[in-house]
Amino acid sequence: MALPKYTEPHYRIWHYVYLFICACVFFFLIAPLFVIFPLSFNAEEFLVITDGMKRLDPDAFSLRWYKDMLYGTKNPWGLAAKNSFFIAIFATIGAVILGTVAALGLSSRYMPYKGIIMATLISPMIVPLIISGVAIFFFMAKAGLAATHTGIIIAHIVLGTPFVVITVTATLSGFDHSVTRAAASLGSNPINTFIKITLPLILPGVISGALFAFVTSFDEVVIVLFLAGLDNTTIPIQMWTGLREQLSPTILSVATCLILLSTLVLIAAELLRRRSERIRGINR
Amino acid sequence: MSSETQKILTTDGIPLEVSLKKVERRNKFKAFLLVAPLLLFLLIVYISPIIGMLFNSVDDRMVTNALPKTFIAMEKWDGKDLPSEEVFEAFYIDFQKLIEEERDGKLSTQLNYEKNGFKSIIKKLRRKSKSFEEGNYKEQIMAVHERWANVEYWRAIKRRAPAYSYSKYLKGVDMYQNESGRFVQVEEDRRIYKKLWVRTLKIAFYVTLFCFLMAYPIAHLLATLPLKYSNLLMICVLLPFWTSLLVRTASWMILLQQQGVINDFLVWIGLVADDKRLVMMYNETGTYIAMTQILLPFMVLPLYSVMKTISPSLVRAGKSLGGTPFITFWKVYFPLTIPGIGAGSLLVFILAIGYYITPELVGGASGTLISNQIAYHMKYTLDWSFASAMGLMLLTGVLAVYWVYNKLVGIDNIKLG
Repeated sequence: MALPKYTEPHYRIWHYVYLFICACVFFFLIAPLFVIFPLSFNAEEFLVITDGMKRLDPDAFSLRWYKDMLYGTKNPWGLAAKNSFFIAIFATIGAVILGTVAALGLSSRYMPYKGIIMATLISPMIVPLIISGVAIFFFMAKAGLAATHTGIIIAHIVLGTPFVVITVTATLSGFDHSVTRAAASLGSNPINTFIKITLPLILPGVISGALFAFVTSFDEVVIVLFLAGLDNTTIPIQMWTGLREQLSPTILSVATCLILLSTLVLIAAELLRRRSERIRGINR
Repeated sequence: MSSETQKILTTDGIPLEVSLKKVERRNKFKAFLLVAPLLLFLLIVYISPIIGMLFNSVDDRMVTNALPKTFIAMEKWDGKDLPSEEVFEAFYIDFQKLIEEERDGKLSTQLNYEKNGFKSIIKKLRRKSKSFEEGNYKEQIMAVHERWANVEYWRAIKRRAPAYSYSKYLKGVDMYQNESGRFVQVEEDRRIYKKLWVRTLKIAFYVTLFCFLMAYPIAHLLATLPLKYSNLLMICVLLPFWTSLLVRTASWMILLQQQGVINDFLVWIGLVADDKRLVMMYNETGTYIAMTQILLPFMVLPLYSVMKTISPSLVRAGKSLGGTPFITFWKVYFPLTIPGIGAGSLLVFILAIGYYITPELVGGASGTLISNQIAYHMKYTLDWSFASAMGLMLLTGVLAVYWVYNKLVGIDNIKLG
């Protein structure tokens, strides 16, 4: 964004001040994530950048905490990771099925009471998690599902569906309904039409909703805190306990892995968004 | 030909109008059928428990269930003088049953909420009542402690007779209903909740403001840069957005600690003495800093998507008509971004007002919000009806903002990523 030659000096100065402010904000956004990487390779037990690390002394770095994360004694991370993936995968499947079907209904122009129903379906995203946690805890305790995987999965389906509903309705907003009519006129039944015609076209939206649902479940701690017993511990619960009791570098190794995971998710989401825009013919 | 217009019929001989209406009804039903599974699912596992919280919050049957006979006997008592022997006898029978079931402790806690001083006299009554003789319970109970002969205490019990009460809501704003039924504030030094509400609103407001001030310039930059640069910078916004909340909170804990990176840096450049390291965590400052960074993407994304639609030629036109850059910005560009500002601010405010994780970890005593208090009552004091009452008060506030959001922005306009 080069300035035109005729720009007056004080605007020129202001322009550089503006760029500097932007740089500071970007730094504020992204730098905290990067402080985790070096510290997770720390050879010491402290969470400070040691003198050795400042000198880039190879002895100051080690994979000690990664080993501890993988093979440590009484290692909680293995079980936590297994539970987290198990819960997140099933919660995602549930949220995607319920959310996509609901989005198909919501995008129909015949849908009655669209506004109020949409607001209801999105509400789990807006209501503070602590309130959702309390309410779902009361329900699960009555239903006998507290401290079970099933209970947590159901709770996470509730939290995940709004994202699927939003992303799929957004994809469907640019959807040309004449293609499904064409399929119907050629003798295809509605289910076949959905699988062969609609689904491939809205797939980017469905997958990006699935990513949101997965990440929401994978990262969720408040509701699990209310619902989980000892057998249902998840990665966020372990991190939560670790952060409250003592910040050990092992947590930072886990955090590094999680950042790598979120980078992958980010790349996937970005590719999907572009593909979706291409399919819908939006050029920006 | 008759003057009446002929009704158009379909091939089955049904008027077209009727047939069309029928099709439309069927389509409506079909659309609703698709939404129904999710709606039903949410109603059962989510909405109905929230409504259930309403019952929880006003449920006051604890004392009623503990002293069933007493309350029946009390119905005839006018509450002026000491109750009759009948009431005392009923109370004695109820109380013996409670001791048998070891529920007298709960009763004493509950009654002590109503009036201070119940705890000790119930304890004493428990001890003495073992050697009570049959008959004339009034004399015997009154002999246990002088407070049992004080009509105020019996009135306090009677006040707990209704099965439902809104006392938890009053407690949530530091008020209670005194003996004569007036609403009064609790003593100055015991007012905690009002302060907490004010603090929650204050923190949510300032976090929203900080987010706005930081997000506006970068959203503008992202929207005006050529696509290949802006895509790269967008990663700086999206990566934190996709990263685990706990990871981001952990990184702030490392940065803000007294032995942390920021303090180390400040000491190293000599701005702060080594023995006077700043306390930036476990207080309000920590909550502000961490929450602002965590919620910033939620402000940037709606602002960006609005700014992206503003044509640069508008600003150029403003300048060509003689406006200075500042005036064109203020008169042309800024008003066009107001929808984005509204969407982002409301979203950040809604999210901030109910925040739990980050304040709990970095907030300490002075930086926690109403959510943390709700969790505390759910987990430690086990006063679930109070937690429900506070939760519903918070929910009312959030839903009010949500309603405004829905009116102004439209819920289907939420942008994700």
